[in-house]
Amino acid sequence: MAFQLLLNFFIALVWMFMSTSFTASTFVIGLLIGLLLIIITRRFFTERLYIWRLWAAFKLALLFFKELTLSNISVLKLILRPKMNIQPMIFALPTDLEHDWEITLLSSLITLTPGTIVLYVSDDQRTLYIHAIDVDDVDDAIDSIKNSFEKSIKEVSRP
Amino acid sequence: MNVSTIGEFVGAFLILTGGVASVISVFGLLRLPDVYTRSHAATKSSTLAVLLTLSGAFIYFLFSQDFVSVRLLLGIVFVFLTAPVAGHLIVRAAYRSNVKLADISTEDELYEVLHKDKVEEDGTGQ
Repeated sequence: MAFQLLLNFFIALVWMFMSTSFTASTFVIGLLIGLLLIIITRRFFTERLYIWRLWAAFKLALLFFKELTLSNISVLKLILRPKMNIQPMIFALPTDLEHDWEITLLSSLITLTPGTIVLYVSDDQRTLYIHAIDVDDVDDAIDSIKNSFEKSIKEVSRP
Repeated sequence: MNVSTIGEFVGAFLILTGGVASVISVFGLLRLPDVYTRSHAATKSSTLAVLLTLSGAFIYFLFSQDFVSVRLLLGIVFVFLTAPVAGHLIVRAAYRSNVKLADISTEDELYEVLHKDKVEEDGTGQ
């Protein structure tokens, strides 16, 4: 992805030099032309087109903001309930993410979403230990949310 | 009502919502039983409160004074990067120094992992 991005910037630079006008709009036109060239020659790259990864990252950000809002509403309802009948627990979540940055991203996302906080990442980085605030009704729901997060992180990191 | 007035109202509304969110997070700190559940309220609600307040201030200055404050946007990004890590570290440090879970907690899968030798000594691990 970094290579394609650099190539695109380089083509934009070459375009600026060829048209001898060094303005932002020329640069943007050069970027678009470079994108077109990269799309045309896409079968020579081993990875996906980088715009799909940018799109996946954008979708992940949208998902994250949605979950953050939902999590705050659920914590609000929990706190303002007159009788506090919550069931906190610590459970293990197996993960098959590999890179360090993916695991960091996943645990940050989990920490900021409904009723869960990452307590401990196991030494082999295969298991995340998560403290959940009210597990009775959310255990399965949370697992599905984790799957959606993990899936979209994989979507971003897939070559 | 012209555009700038509407923008000011949107900013003020966002700041008000942020204030309400931070009050709720303080309620959570007071009402929840142990350090782990408290950190839920502290990390999530206060992060959202800071986000809402900063973006409200950003929109207010954008519309009332035509001033794009990049520093507010950077502040939002930095809070988002650091708040979950801080929450994670505090909770982890609490767990490593054997702070008890609240009595209402139902299950603790991490105990056996971290205190493997102690469980075997006590003979409770079988």
